[in-house]
Amino acid sequence: MEIKILQTPFDPWQEIQQFQQSSPEMAGKYGASSIFVGTMRDFNEGDDVKGMTLEHYPGMTEKQLSKIITEAMHKWQILDVLVVHRVGDVFPEDPIVLVSVWSSHRGDAFDVSRYIMEALKSKVPFWKKEILQSEAVRWVDKNTDGYKV
Amino acid sequence: MSIKVRYFASLKESVGRSEDELEFVAVISVVDVWRQLNQADDLPENILAAVNMEYVGFDCLVNDGDEVAFFPPVTGG
Repeated sequence: MEIKILQTPFDPWQEIQQFQQSSPEMAGKYGASSIFVGTMRDFNEGDDVKGMTLEHYPGMTEKQLSKIITEAMHKWQILDVLVVHRVGDVFPEDPIVLVSVWSSHRGDAFDVSRYIMEALKSKVPFWKKEILQSEAVRWVDKNTDGYKV
Repeated sequence: MSIKVRYFASLKESVGRSEDELEFVAVISVVDVWRQLNQADDLPENILAAVNMEYVGFDCLVNDGDEVAFFPPVTGG
């Protein structure tokens, strides 16, 4: 598994390519790659948002992510996982998070991608502070449950 | 015994500090740590706690050298 917490913008497709190139043991073994990319919107809760600052708890963030991925690797048949998450100043259209899962078959890849994303949203210590077009600044108070429509 | 206490995000702003050091003699729990440092009876609503970077309940006991953290619900992803 690989976990990257980045202060600067990243290209998810480049991250995936690099990871695959540096994992020759996976070549020919994976039949399914499930990719989730979370991108910053320019609106939230009915307001126009022009930017965001992401804070995290260095150490605990990595520890909790590693725990979640380890649990997933025990529960499902997957080959590897890459998680990349931004911290610092983020702007609309910037990728915030990448969860990439490789497995032999699609079922496990889809399930693990969802499992990691939902666990990340509820357990991994990151916090978003939004800057609105009106210049008002506010903390996002909670994440929505991704399993509820 | 002494521990390091950390605050994050909106809680860091409302307490006005990012870190504290706390010295203590008798065994104390996470909620005692909050009370001693913040002169308050109860933790603000929805606050979460961690000891050594693992989530804990407020009755969890702390040991010498532990790192205790308080923070609001997480909003990453």
